[in-house]
Formats: sequence, structure tokens, C-alpha cells
Amino acid sequence: MCLGVPGKVVKIEDNALGLRMGVVDFGGTKRETCLAYLDDVQEGDWVLVHIGFAISKIDEEKAKDAFDTLKEIGL
Amino acid sequence: MKYVDEYRGSEPVRKYIRAITDILHRDWTIMEVCGGQTHNIIKFGIDTLLPSKITLIHGPGCPVCVTPIEMLDKAVYIASQSEVIFCSFGDMLRVPGSEKNLITSRAEGADVRILYSPLDAIKIARESPDRKVVFFSVGFETTAPAVAMAIIQAKKLGIKNFSALVAHVLVPPALEAILSTPNLVLNGFLAPGHVSTVIGQGGYERITKKYRVPIVITGFEPLDILFGVYKLVKQLEEGRCEVENAYGRSARPEGNVLAQQAVDEVFEAADRKWRGIGVIPKSGLALRESYRDFDAESLFSLNGLTVEEPSECIAGYILQGLKKPNECTAFGTRCTPQRPLGAPMVSSEGACAAYFNYRRV
Ligand code: SF4
Repeated sequence: MCLGVPGKVVKIEDNALGLRMGVVDFGGTKRETCLAYLDDVQEGDWVLVHIGFAISKIDEEKAKDAFDTLKEIGL
Repeated sequence: MKYVDEYRGSEPVRKYIRAITDILHRDWTIMEVCGGQTHNIIKFGIDTLLPSKITLIHGPGCPVCVTPIEMLDKAVYIASQSEVIFCSFGDMLRVPGSEKNLITSRAEGADVRILYSPLDAIKIARESPDRKVVFFSVGFETTAPAVAMAIIQAKKLGIKNFSALVAHVLVPPALEAILSTPNLVLNGFLAPGHVSTVIGQGGYERITKKYRVPIVITGFEPLDILFGVYKLVKQLEEGRCEVENAYGRSARPEGNVLAQQAVDEVFEAADRKWRGIGVIPKSGLALRESYRDFDAESLFSLNGLTVEEPSECIAGYILQGLKKPNECTAFGTRCTPQRPLGAPMVSSEGACAAYFNYRRV
């Protein structure tokens, strides 16, 4: 139920009510997404989306952690 | 798909199995808290790849599974009112109440709609001013901010025909309840990555100190789960007891502060009953006084209703990691995903459904 799907922000705009919204592209499928909980997100950023809300911006450096650890232990 | 497929490759998975085997000397029992993790562990057979010294037990992290039966009965009752448009996430529809589920209600004519986002309920309420729109608000800390935003918007816009049936649950109090279970052997937790993305590490640090169990925030793909297991085993073997993060690409130490603020604006912690487990103090969310106008339970006068659960279902033991699904006498016979007796067989994230779908014996 806590499913989060990574996608790329392709458009950002406030809706008529002043809520920060955007369009996120999930490998070709585009969905309207609320961006109100991310204050530093820009078009082109990858975000993690749960039930129509972006809950985090994906950190590209930290995304390598699991692989870096393997290298550190020499595997 | 980016940020998904990379974490499914068999090569790094094999390497992590080796890395874990190399540092492992003693027997450890680890609980993965989140149902999404349980699902992938069974689906990808991660528990069978790990050395036998590691036992994975499945936690209570399926909000669908822990929503108590009376909440389902309340949902069915509200949905059956002719003026109501009842909005829910798809996974709640098949969960059995004491007499029927929401699918049956819909077949009997109730207007039950499946939504992608709680904001859609606000849209529906504005389009149908003569109907009462009720949103079935179920989920952990990951889901609460989205619902909070819908309620904040409803208040801002003065929408009077929208309310929420609130059944939100919180992860850290559930971990504490599990740690207080007698006879449970448990050495560490893999904490749910998306709950942690919202709440941050603070709530876990308290638990780590108080109960001396290490906690590693962990993602959902096979490599994420093994990275989490590796970090946890390393701590256990080295006698450390800390909160660590194996899901840094999404979870920050402080969590998502804006989301926390919105949740805090709308909700307060409240005692909540978990299906099969019972009441856990301060383990749920309830609407604050200033948002009570949006409380479906009071609007439909349903406060205080409680219902007994069917006796054959051992969901309570399963959700606390005390038993595995195949130890239930009804598993796969009287209880199947087509005819579920209990919620863990309904939800695709329930341990019983995961065992049924991927490990039928
Ligand atoms: S198999 Fe069915 S009856 Fe048994 S615990 Fe799971 S949900 Fe309950």
C-alpha cells in the first residue's frame, strides 16, 4: 500500500487553487502529480510518487550506495 | 525502468548473498516491517537465497490487513446510503467485513469508486454538490500526507459535502507493541522505506535506544532488501545497535518536513485497534478538533461500534510475526484470495496472499 513509483518531472505549475502540481512521466505514462511536499524540485528531477503525491526527490548519488558498498568490500 | 531495474539484477544480488554469508556467524531473526517488502521477499524468493542462519519474519506493515473489521462494516454502511459517493483505494474493496465487503455493496447498487489520489475525491465533491463524498482514509505515514492535503483543500474551499473515514495507523508504535510481545525472538528490523521517507529517523532512534534493537531503513527491490539485510547483519555481528539508512536515494534523516507539517495540522495521534492485534496506544491518527467537520464517523453517527473477528483466522499471530501463513489451518483451503477469511489473504501485500501466490505447497 505504501507503493512508491519513481518518475521524472516533466512539467511544474500551480493549479487554480495555488497548489503546486506537475506532470510526472513514468516510463511513458504521464500523470498529474502534487508537488506541494517538495520545495526544491525542478523539471527534469526524478521523484518518488505515492498516490499522486511526490514524497521525495531521488538522490542520484545515494542511489549508488548499494553498489558502492559492494565495491568497498571488494565484491 | 530507471531506479527500479538496476536493483533487480542477478549479479549484485548474488554478490550480496555472498557478502552476507561472509560476515555471518550466528543465528539472527529479522522482521521486515512492510507488506511491500514481504511481497517482494516471497516473490523473488529472497528468504530462500539467504543463508539458513537468517530467519525473516513478516511484520504488520499492510494497512489493508490491519484495518479492523468494524471499520469495514462502517465503510459498507456509509457506502449503502443513497446520497453517498464512497471513494476508496482499490485494495480495500475485497476486504471482508462481518457480513459483506465493498464489492458486494457496489453490486447491490452502492456508488463505490476507486481513486488514484485523495485529491480526486475533492474534485468529485465539487462536481456533485448534492451528494456526500466520503473518502476511506487508510494507510501508514506514507499515505497520511496526501489525505491531509485533500482535507486542507476541502477546508480552504469551504467544501461541505466531503468527509473522511479515518483508519490511519503509525509504524513506530506498532514496532514497540511487537517488541513487547512475550516469547518473540527478534533481533532487528528492516524499517519501511516509504514510511521512513516521510517520518525520517527520529521515531526509530528512540526505539533502538529503549529496546536495544538495530533498525535499518530499507527499500523494496531485491537489491534494496539485501542491502538492508547486509547492514543489519553487520550491526548484529559487530554488536552495534543503531538506526542506519539503506534507502538513501529516497529517505532523508529528517524525513519530509513539509509532509509532516501537513499531517500535524490535520491529525493527532490516537489509540487505534489493529485487526487481529487489538488496541495499540497512540498508534493511529484522528482528525484534530479544528477538522472534525470532516469526520465521517461522527457525521454518520458511527462512533463506538465494535465487532468480533472470525475465530479461525490467525491473522493476529501472522501480523506480529509469531506464525507463518502456512501454519493456519484454513490456508489455501477454506481461505484463498478468491474467498478470503482474513485480510492478509485479500491484500496483495498480505503475507497470506504472498504465500498463496508464490509458494503454494
Ligand atoms: S490464511 Fe486466511 S484465515 Fe489463515 S490467517 Fe491468513 S487470512 Fe486468516
